[in-house]
This record gives sequence, C-alpha cells and structure tokens, in this order.
Amino acid sequence: MFTNFIFYFLSVLALYGGVMVLLSKKPIHSVLYLTLTFFAIGGHYILLNAQFLAIVHIIVYAGAIMVLFLFTVMLLNLNKDDRSPKPLWLKAAAIIAGIMLGLILIGVFRGYDLHLTQHPMKSQIGLVKELGKILYRDYMLPFEVSSVLFLTAMIGAVLLGKKEQI
Amino acid sequence: MLFCIGVTGVLIKRNALVILMSIELMINSINLLLAAFSAYSNDPAGQIFVFFIMVVAAAEVAIGLAIIVLIYKTTHSIDIDVLNKLKW
Repeated sequence: MFTNFIFYFLSVLALYGGVMVLLSKKPIHSVLYLTLTFFAIGGHYILLNAQFLAIVHIIVYAGAIMVLFLFTVMLLNLNKDDRSPKPLWLKAAAIIAGIMLGLILIGVFRGYDLHLTQHPMKSQIGLVKELGKILYRDYMLPFEVSSVLFLTAMIGAVLLGKKEQI
Repeated sequence: MLFCIGVTGVLIKRNALVILMSIELMINSINLLLAAFSAYSNDPAGQIFVFFIMVVAAAEVAIGLAIIVLIYKTTHSIDIDVLNKLKW
C-alpha cells in the first residue's frame, strides 16, 4: 500500500510538472517545473527496480541538462514574456489534438489484454553489476558507437560556439 | 500522458526554448515506458535501450542549445513566429 501511494504521488507530481511547463508564463519557471518532472520520473525508475537508471537519470538530466537549460535561459535573459499571443483557435486546435492523442493512447491500453506470462521478477536486473555485464557483452557495438556520437556532438558544439569565422 | 503533454507543448509554444523542453519531456516519457516494460518482462534490453536514449538526448540538447544561442546572437529573438525565414 505504501508502494501504491508513492506511485500515485509520483505520477501526479510528474504530470503536474509537465502541465506547468506549458502553462507558466516565464521560461525560468518552465525550466524549474521540468526539473521537478525529471525528479519524479527518477523516483518512478526506483519504483521499477531500475536503480542504475534512476541514478544515471538524475545525474544526466537533473544534473547536466537542466544546468544547460538554466545557463541558456539566464544567458539569453528571457524573463520577459512579451510575445504577442498566438491566435486562440490555434491553441484550442493544438490542445484538442493533444487530448485526442491521449484518448487514442488510453483506448489502446484499455482494450488490450496483457496476457504476458508473469515471470517471477528477477530482482537482479536493475543492479549495476548485471546491467554492466549485459552492456559490455551483448551491446558492445552501440556502446562504442555512442562514444563516437559524443565526440561528434562535442566537436559540433565547440564549432557552433566559436566567435571568429571558420 | 507525459508524451501528449509534450506534443501539445511543441505545438503551442512560441519560445524555442520551451519547444526544446517539450521535446525533452516526450523523450523522458518514452524512457519511462521502456523501463516499465523492461521490468514487467524481465528483459534487461529495455534498460540498456533507455541508457542509449539518454545518451542521444543529452547530446541533442547540447547541440540544440548551441544552435539557439547562435540564433539569438544573430537575430536577437527566439520567437519562432519571427524566425520563420525558412518558409517561402
């Protein structure tokens, strides 16, 4: 029961943070609500017995990406929300599209009987040791390729940040 | 659910930063779904995939923010209704 309560609490927190990202008038508030959502999702990962993912999620998202967003918001000094509002019919159409997408997804999940055989939960999956073994044994190639991806991203970011013309 | 909120955010907002944040929200909702399925079917492949998705998302956020900063330096506005010069 305690687990159920935590699950619902974290879900409500994540959904509230997500909605407030859109509804807040200042971009800095949106960034802070996004951080709240990321922490709630990290809590969900712990509930799913994925401890390694939870820690990595908190470090990468709440630690690095949010800091990047905060730097950019403060660098660009965006606190004045002085845009002329979008036409109301456009906003209404987008919200209706989003709600219909949500209804479609809910309908898919309601009408589908999950007949997966309930295996006894292997409690070792989320641990760092097991994930590390599988990562280095079966998924070695994507691991190395992702290092090349990071290298490319770093080179791109530095090139984009240079002041003088190349 | 979070995915729908992210999609609505991408469609409504004019501030390019908030659009990027809505994309991050969508990616996170997919991560959560994958991790849930991985826990349900005792398959560690889901968690490995989430790991790689996080890698790609982090790289994409870095590059996206660099592009936004550059756009701001040249045009001093990150309102996408002003920045629609790629259209005809």
